[in-house]
Amino acid sequence: MGYDANLPVDQAVPSPAPERLLMKGAEAIAEAAIRAGCKNFFGYPITPQNEIPEYMSARLPEVGGTFVQAESEVASINMLYGAGSAGVRCMTSSSSPGLSLMSEGFSYLIGSEVPTVVVNIMRGGPGLGNIAPSQGDYLQMTRGFGHGDQKAIVLAPASVQEAVDLMSLAFDLSEKYRNPVVVIGDGLIGQMMEPVTFAPTVQSTTEKPWATTGKPPTRKRNIINSLYLDAETLEKHVLHLFEKFGRMEAEEQRAELYLTDDQPEIVICAFGTTARIAKSAIKVLRAQGIRVGLFRLISAWPFPQQAFQTLVEPTSAFLSIEMSMGQLVQDIRTQVAGRKPVEFWGRTGGVVPTSEEMVAQVQKLHHKLVAQG
Amino acid sequence: MPNIKTVFERSEVLTSNQFHYCPGCTHGIAHRLIAEVVSEMGIQDRTIAVCPVGCSVLAYEYFDLDVVQAAHGRAPAVATGLRRSLPEDRYVFAYQGDGDLASIGMSEIIHAANRGEKITVIFLNNAIYGMTGGQMAPTTLPGMVTTTSPYGRDTLQCGHPVRMSEMLNTLVDPVFIARGALSQPKHVIKAKKLIRQAFELQHQGFTFVELLSTCPTGWGLTPTDSMHWLEHNMVPFFPLQVFREPGHAPEAANHYTPDLKVHG
Repeated sequence: MGYDANLPVDQAVPSPAPERLLMKGAEAIAEAAIRAGCKNFFGYPITPQNEIPEYMSARLPEVGGTFVQAESEVASINMLYGAGSAGVRCMTSSSSPGLSLMSEGFSYLIGSEVPTVVVNIMRGGPGLGNIAPSQGDYLQMTRGFGHGDQKAIVLAPASVQEAVDLMSLAFDLSEKYRNPVVVIGDGLIGQMMEPVTFAPTVQSTTEKPWATTGKPPTRKRNIINSLYLDAETLEKHVLHLFEKFGRMEAEEQRAELYLTDDQPEIVICAFGTTARIAKSAIKVLRAQGIRVGLFRLISAWPFPQQAFQTLVEPTSAFLSIEMSMGQLVQDIRTQVAGRKPVEFWGRTGGVVPTSEEMVAQVQKLHHKLVAQG
Repeated sequence: MPNIKTVFERSEVLTSNQFHYCPGCTHGIAHRLIAEVVSEMGIQDRTIAVCPVGCSVLAYEYFDLDVVQAAHGRAPAVATGLRRSLPEDRYVFAYQGDGDLASIGMSEIIHAANRGEKITVIFLNNAIYGMTGGQMAPTTLPGMVTTTSPYGRDTLQCGHPVRMSEMLNTLVDPVFIARGALSQPKHVIKAKKLIRQAFELQHQGFTFVELLSTCPTGWGLTPTDSMHWLEHNMVPFFPLQVFREPGHAPEAANHYTPDLKVHG
């Protein structure tokens, strides 16, 4: 307790790290958040993301921040709502079942326009499922995972370095739009060790005149609220939110196009871990003379349609590869709108597809395309 | 008019919005007492309120304070987030009813109390869900008829009412736990003292004031009969008492510091 909002982070933080470090993904995510000015972390243990709260519990007290182990994910997200209302940068992390528990609170964050960051290290489902890597929450996350008309930016890193970079972006975007931002990864992103470089520590410069910090006589009271009993008034509020969602859709699309410039026969569509494995497969397939490329979503929402639409005309067919049972492919089909064949292949239950399996799947689709002429 | 002077007026910590509460409901009294305490302590510019879901869902319309509207039952978690983020000189209080606090929010209140969060929780116990139309609450009395206990609360199926103050008093870390009532002037005067004590002790740890309250609409009684009904039926089961205050911690509150070295 007793965080001094006026104390610059770079004064409070004796930076412990040299520029380039070998770090585990989960710990790098936590350190990146702190260097982005995250002051408070609220979380509940769940595998496979426990390294994030563990790291936070050791590191946040060093920077004048607070770690609270909440009694449940329901409490975590509501503590986040309180801390975000006070105007500080704060976050939680969890894994799939925990996110389901947070869905009500997440809707409140959107409805009340409280900026904050939520990390979901996805695991196998449904139900208790298992703790192995999964992308089975794609639809749940990208549709705004609470009740009501709501959306939120979802960022999907494919490497530890990208996770670090996207954490900083996540805090900036949450404040830019006064809307929570979700970062999705899986157990592989969380557990793998890679060299990372951190950007210099920053302090949020966003003015927060709306924050509930105590009402001085010079201003009216601030109310953080999502209740609008009058239908016309609530409609007006939701339309205001959708004006923001529209700006997010226009301005926050992010994607990587990999080897897609030569009128590819097949473009693999993927994000996160599967996109990373797909790159290995693509190298093998290219050596075999198959023109195959990769469309990698970095923003899972908004769907990066501007980049994707440039591929529809020159590409012969699309293959959505997922660690889920055909979720991303629904968005690909919507975008392609029947103009080209769209196929799906994936593993589920926490099984991580191998590059050999991906090679075989692309070859199979390639034979089919050749046979069809 | 030389001899007219103001002897009572609305606290400046209340807005001029008209309460939506039913005639005879004691939420209005509780709001006034909190506003007066905040005013008398001179902390209006440093006080943040957290409002619940229930009849007092619109409390943010009435307190001239910075306010956060919480999800059902989650006010202590929201207050925790505020407390851990704001400068130490701020005062954070949550205002909750019995369905909100003792049913859906049971986990949040117990753990906020157990962490010793430096917040004040004002708990309005009227033994019923008012806002949703008079359903049975965890605090509904044995045999009491509600819209979901039409034959009276059957303790064989629903158990007995939950005594929140007593339950929280088993924890080590709270610094102030008390139960008052809003049924007659002497109790109202005492209730204000309890609220004041809770706010004054807030920066030492978790403080909790339960206020027995009326729901004439949900109970199907006149305002006056409701006051009598409260005293006749609720007070015997929910005794008016200070359970915890500095210097008067029960045995259970003795701090325990184990020797964590392994022996043998």
